[in-house]
This record gives sequence, C-alpha cells and structure tokens, in this order.
Amino acid sequence: MAIVQTRGLTKVFREGQAGAVVGVDLESREGEFLVLLGPSGSGKTTLLRMIAGLEEPTSGDVLIGGVVVNDMTPRERRIAMVFQSYALYPHLTVLGNIVFPLKAQRMPREEREKKATWAADLLGIGHLMARRPRELSGGERQRVALARAIVREPSVFLLDEPLSNLDAKLRASAREELEQFQRRVGTTMIYVTHDQIEAMAMGDRVVVMNHGKVRQIGTPADVYDDPADTFVATFLGSPPMNLVQSDYAVIGFRPEHLVPAGASAPASPSSLSLSFRLDHDEYLGSERILYGRLEGGRFDGEKVVSRLPATFHPDTSSGSALPFQVERRKLKFFDRESGARRDPVAVE
Amino acid sequence: MAMGRRARRALSTAARWGTLAAFSAGLSFPFYWMLITAFKRTSDLYDLKNNPFLFHQPPTLEHLRLLFQETLFPRWLWNTALAGAGVVAITLLLALPAGYALARLTGRWGERLGIAIFLTYLVPPTLLFIPLSRVVAALGLQDTIWSLVVVYPSFTIPFSTWLLMGFFKSIPRELEDAAMVDGLTRFQTFRKLIVPVSVSGILTVVIFSFTLVTQEFVYALTFISSASHQTVGVGVPIYLVRGDVYYWGSLMAACLIASLPIGAVYNLFLDRFIAGFTFGSVK
Amino acid sequence: MLAPAIFYVLALVGVPFLLAFVYAVGDVKVGSTGYHFVGLDNFASVLRSPAFRRALRNSIVFTVCSQILVLVFGNILALVLKDAFRGRRLIRFLVLLPWVAPVSIGSIGWKWILDSLYSVVNWVLIRLRLVNEFSPPMWLGEPTLAMISVILVHTWHVLPFATVILLAGWTAIPKDIPEACAVDGAGYFRTLFQITLPMLRPIINVALLFGIVFTFTDMTVIYILTRGGPYDTTQVLPSLAFFTGILGSDLAEGAAISIFLLPLLVLVAWRMLRTAHRAEVG
Repeated sequence: MAIVQTRGLTKVFREGQAGAVVGVDLESREGEFLVLLGPSGSGKTTLLRMIAGLEEPTSGDVLIGGVVVNDMTPRERRIAMVFQSYALYPHLTVLGNIVFPLKAQRMPREEREKKATWAADLLGIGHLMARRPRELSGGERQRVALARAIVREPSVFLLDEPLSNLDAKLRASAREELEQFQRRVGTTMIYVTHDQIEAMAMGDRVVVMNHGKVRQIGTPADVYDDPADTFVATFLGSPPMNLVQSDYAVIGFRPEHLVPAGASAPASPSSLSLSFRLDHDEYLGSERILYGRLEGGRFDGEKVVSRLPATFHPDTSSGSALPFQVERRKLKFFDRESGARRDPVAVE
Repeated sequence: MAMGRRARRALSTAARWGTLAAFSAGLSFPFYWMLITAFKRTSDLYDLKNNPFLFHQPPTLEHLRLLFQETLFPRWLWNTALAGAGVVAITLLLALPAGYALARLTGRWGERLGIAIFLTYLVPPTLLFIPLSRVVAALGLQDTIWSLVVVYPSFTIPFSTWLLMGFFKSIPRELEDAAMVDGLTRFQTFRKLIVPVSVSGILTVVIFSFTLVTQEFVYALTFISSASHQTVGVGVPIYLVRGDVYYWGSLMAACLIASLPIGAVYNLFLDRFIAGFTFGSVK
Repeated sequence: MLAPAIFYVLALVGVPFLLAFVYAVGDVKVGSTGYHFVGLDNFASVLRSPAFRRALRNSIVFTVCSQILVLVFGNILALVLKDAFRGRRLIRFLVLLPWVAPVSIGSIGWKWILDSLYSVVNWVLIRLRLVNEFSPPMWLGEPTLAMISVILVHTWHVLPFATVILLAGWTAIPKDIPEACAVDGAGYFRTLFQITLPMLRPIINVALLFGIVFTFTDMTVIYILTRGGPYDTTQVLPSLAFFTGILGSDLAEGAAISIFLLPLLVLVAWRMLRTAHRAEVG
C-alpha cells in the first residue's frame, strides 16, 4: 500500500499553449477510492497518465510511497492500470492475458498459474480462462482487465474511465462490482471519470478539475454541499445549481432546495421568498423538474430550475407566478469576478 | 532499467533516424546513380581511376541529346502514351458501370463476384502469355501497340472495378433514391448523378491504369518484336544497345525520364490508392 | 452494366487460361496449324528435364529468400515510418521509388550498378579493402553471386509495396496496447515478439501471400539482369517458360512449364479466401 502524491505537477504539450495539467498538488489516503472528476479536456486523464508513468511531466514531481518516481518506468512504480478500452491482448486467452505481467516478471509457471487462478476467482471469471477477449461481454472484459491488474499485487490501481464503453444498463452493475472489488481488496484506487454521478457514488474523495487545475478536493458531501467555486457548484448535481446575479455576489441554490412556499415549509425569516413563473415542466416518474423564471424583486427574469417529488402538481390554472422559497442557510455565495466561494451577503 | 529515461529516448531517436537514413538511401540509390551517370561525360564515366561519385569533368547534356535525337526513345514515349490513353479509355468504359453495379448489388452475389474479380488479378501474365500470343496473332495484332491496348485492360479492369466498387459504396444511397423518385432510370442516374460525383475515384483509376501500362514488361516483350513499336518499359532495357555495348549514359538518362515523373505522380496519389484498396474490403 | 467487364475479363483471362491447358496437352508450335492431343507427354518430358528441375529449385530459393528479406525489412521500415515526423513525405517518396518506377527500368539501373567492370559497389568495396582490386566480385557473372544479386534486386523492388501493407497493420494497433505492456512490465523485445507481431499476423499473411504470388510468377528482374544465366543458374519457371515457349517457339512445352505455377497460385488463392472469410466472421 502506498500513498500517491503529486507536487506542483504540470504538463504542457506544446510550448506557448495552455497547460493540460497546471500545478496540481494531490495526496491520496491509504486504501481510498479517489476520483478525478472533470469535463473532457480538464486534464484528469493526463494527470492519471503522469502518475502511471505513461506521460512525462513538464515540471513537478510524482511520489509513490514517499519516493520520487519521475524517472521510473510504469513497471517500477508498481502500479496497475485499467484502460478505457481495457487493452486486453486480443490474440491471448483470458488466462494468457492474466499471466502476461507475471511472465514479464519471469515468475515460474506453477506460481503464475496459481496467482492467475486466485485473481480470476476473486473476480468470478474462473470459468472463462480459455476464452478470447472478443468472445466476452463488456462486463466480463472489465473483470479480466481487473484480474490482470490485481495479479501483480500493485500498490495503486489507476483506472481511466473504464465504464464509459459499457451500455448504460450494464454500467450500474459494473459500477457496483468495481466498488465491491475495491472494498474487498483495500488497495488505493485512483479513478478518472467525467460522470459526476459515478464520482459521487463511488468516491471516498473527489478531485474536481477544470482546465488543468484542481478546483476542489473533498468528500462527495463536501463538493456537493460546500462547493469551492461556481464551476464545482454547477458541475456537480443534475440539474445544476441555480445561479442568480445580485449586486455584490452570485447567489446559488440547488434545484431541490427551491420549493413551494407554504406546503411543507412555512414561510419564515429563515427562508428567502421568491416568485416563480413556470415555463415548462418534466415529469420523470419519481420526480418533477420545473423550468421557469423568477419574477419581481432583484432577481427578476433569472432562469431557475426546481426539483420536486412527483407528488407536487403545479397549479398552472391561475396563470400567475407561484410563491416559492429557499432556506437561507442553503444559499451559497460566490464572488462575481472569480467565481470563488465567499462569505454570505445580506439578501432580500 | 539501467538507463535513464532521457538517455533511452535519445538512443531510440538516433536508431530510428539511422534506420530511416539507411533505408531511404538504399532504396533510392539507383535513381541517384541514374542521375549522376546521365550527366557524366563518357570519358569520365569509363575511367576506372576516377571516383565515380564525383564529376571529374564538367557535366554534359550529350547523353540526353543522343537519347532524343539518335535513338528510338521518343518513339517509345509516344507508343507508351498512346497505349496508356487507349487502356485508360477502355478501362473506364468497362470498370465504371461494373464497379457501380457491384456496389449496388446487394446480397451474397455482389460480394462473390467482387472476390472473383479480385482473384483474376492473381492470374499471372507468365501463365497467360503463351496462349495470349496466339490470340494476339490470330487477331492480327502481333508486333503492334494495339495488342497491348487490347490485353492490358484484362488486368486494369478487375482492380479498377474493385477500387470503384469501394468508392461507390461510400456514396449514400439516398442521393440515388431521390433521383429515381424523380423519374430517372438506373443508368441515367448513374450517368447524370454518380459519374460527376465520382471524379475523385475516376481520377484514381486513370492514374492507376496509366502507371500500370508504363510499368508492364512481360506482355510487351512477348507481343511486340520490332524495336520501333515498343514501349518505354521494354525499349530502354533491351534496345538501347549497339551490338553488345550498352550506352550507359543515355540509358541512365532514359531511365531517369521513365521513372521520376511516374514516381512523383504515384506519390501524390498513394493515399487515394490505399483508401481505395481498403475501401474495397470494407463491407 | 456488369456484363461487358465480365465478358472482357473472361475473354482475356479465362479463355487463355483454358488454352494454356489445351496447349500443354497438345503439340502446338508457333506457325503450326495442326493440333494433336498428346496427353501428359509434355508434362512428363518437362519433369524429366534437368533444366526444369533446376528452374523449379531456383524459383523456390528465389521466392523464399526474397520473402524472408521483405518481411524482416518491411516490418522494420513500417516500424520507423508509422509515427509522424518532419520530412515524412519526402522519405516516403524515396522509399516508394523502387515500386513505382517500372521494374524493368530499376533493373537496368541495377545492371549498371553491378556491371562487371564499372560497378560502383565494387569500387566502394575495393576502397574499403573488403575485396581484391584484381578479382572483384562478378555480381552477375558468377552463379551464386548472380542468384544473390537477383534476390536482392527483387527484394528492393517489392519492399515498398510490402511496407505499405505492413504499415497499415502497424498503425492499426491501438495505442493503449503497448502502454498496457509497459504497465505490465514487458520490455521492448517481449512486447514486440509476444504481443505486437502476433497481432500483426493477419496483415503479415496478406503481405506474404501477395509477395509470394508476385515473386514466384515474375521474370522481369531475372530477364533483364542475367537472362537466366550464367548457364541457367538463375533461370526460374516463368523465364524458362518464356525462353521455351516464346523464344523457342515450342508453345506446348512452354505452356506445360507455366502450368506448374498453378499449384502454388491455387494454394495462395485458397489461403486468401480463408483469411478474408475469417475476417468477415471474426
């Protein structure tokens, strides 16, 4: 088990261009599931590849177990990697794939096969040993890739969006398998994804990145309830956080906190009253999403979204704006220029 | 690894460039040599004491003059151009509709015929040349350039059909369906709509067929017996002699002229050939 | 729309193909008008002739040696060409020249380079003190050297074509496979021999099959460099068929000789169809 650290890690692909990864400082915790989350182009994959040793940093250091590994090959770093496409060797059987890293270590045949069997059983693919990758389903391929990774007993697992090639239906079960696998094995896992739902569900901590920089590191609760800036606030959560402009700050509140006044939350000084004019709504079975605009007061015309349980039926007959409210303690305030989180401002 | 990362990378870069240099030099050397020989004076050329890589006397255009004024070389160029034009015409005439038909033919037969046409390409001239020499004689075409114009399409058509088939397959069907809804027959659709759109594919076939004509040796050697009726590909290596003596200066000049233009054109179109080649195999 | 093309090809390929058999089992000579069926006599006499057996052996040596060289060098060349670099277009032009220039032209160029008196190769070798000035190698005049020369020139001619095919295979290997090998701890040679080359096998097959067909049935390089000499030591089946059937006017025997090209062609065609079929299914 080893802790992965990066210090001021930077990667610039072409001189003069903006960096793909800019000054990233990171420290993983023992046995944690750390998620690198961000949109495409945010630098998360490049960061992962630098940790793996597949990409050379322009500046900064990567440390594994306290040792600077910049000059070490991937093999020497004792990391294992699962690629987006799984990168299984197509002409080898499942067994051949799993023993390949052990063969590279020149392990004797008996020991190799014992370890391979152990890894395969751990992932429940013992019955597939003689098959070739093209005969396997997406989920089975993921398990083979994991078996090949774990058979070397690495100190860190690195995964590059392994679920993105799977069917949506398959993704949920594959995700669960991955979580269980990590818990069982207990090795640190660094996982790259652009899917914030995956990040929230799987991660012990989430590293939110954009344009090569780290915006926030924290538990799912931290990044969701306590976002460090407007990017984190709007990237996590679907539909994204509502942001409205005021004179001194940008004010944000999540759609699920924009609720009708009266019904279950009586109007009080602890809530901000808002007038909501409905444009259209989506009925999703378990919930209802309301799209509309705020009317009157300082936020007149701002577009907002509200998210309510399906039991709520909007009263569209009257044609007028509906009274809504947001609990004041749920409001987040952001600086108008930088987007960074700031102290609360008095709002009416 | 004992070596540092940077050292390893420097070594592999050096190895790579070294290999590239060796291969480029080795593969293109003969043409470089043709260039030097073509412009070296005969006395310089045949003086064994001289370093052959250097000019010890000023370069000369004498070999070129001789080539164009005292040999059949210009005649051969003309014959080859004529043959090329004829073959290209016949090939286009027959391969265009065939390629189109095959591309639009659905079902197993389309594929089967496609493969069959491709297989004929594998039948070598050195098997067919003996019976064909009789056929050519029977047609009264022996010792004429027209024997080649008749025979060459037998191998330019299959490959051109294959190329065009792949190319046509990439044209969306909706274009034609729209035309046919507007009342055109299949052939009219082909003529008015498909042909203009396929200029690129047609150009590729033209270049390909023409270069095949210039490169062919066996049939030309077999069917044509008199020097003045020959193509460049056979004339240059066989007939640029006087008695037993090769006139290397003029010979190399002829080689240069016969190879570099084709080389340049082929290089320009190589990507298309590859695309056509792989297109044909994409179902 | 398909008919004219099919008819043309059938007439100029199919008919002569059948005619070859007809001649081979007859007694046709150039200028003769009669035809008598002689059964397998021609084949028997061909098989008995030492010239044929030597040509057959030469054909096999010629094909096997050049194909080995082509595959080894072709892969090396594809390996260095597959990644983009500055000047790639120019290098590609130079590398392609042996294939795109007419093979007869390239061959006569080599004849000059290997000339008995004025060979530039010998000049260099003499200067490097690798050979004796007074008895330099006769590249086209001595039997073993002539065979070597012919093999090398043919390899030179075919190499670009094979490289293009192999290059397609090399570029098709996904980038993350060698990365997975690096992560798994495989060194350069293990990656090459246990992962990359096996993955290239289908493409290598294609290049090999084409190469075998072109080499076994080709006579141009040999005709121009040595005319089959010295003393028939570089004679191969196709050139023997030419000398016998066309220059020697014995069409029957010439046809019989060239028919011996068929078994190999059939084998190659069968393998190609199998590979194509498997590619479809897999």
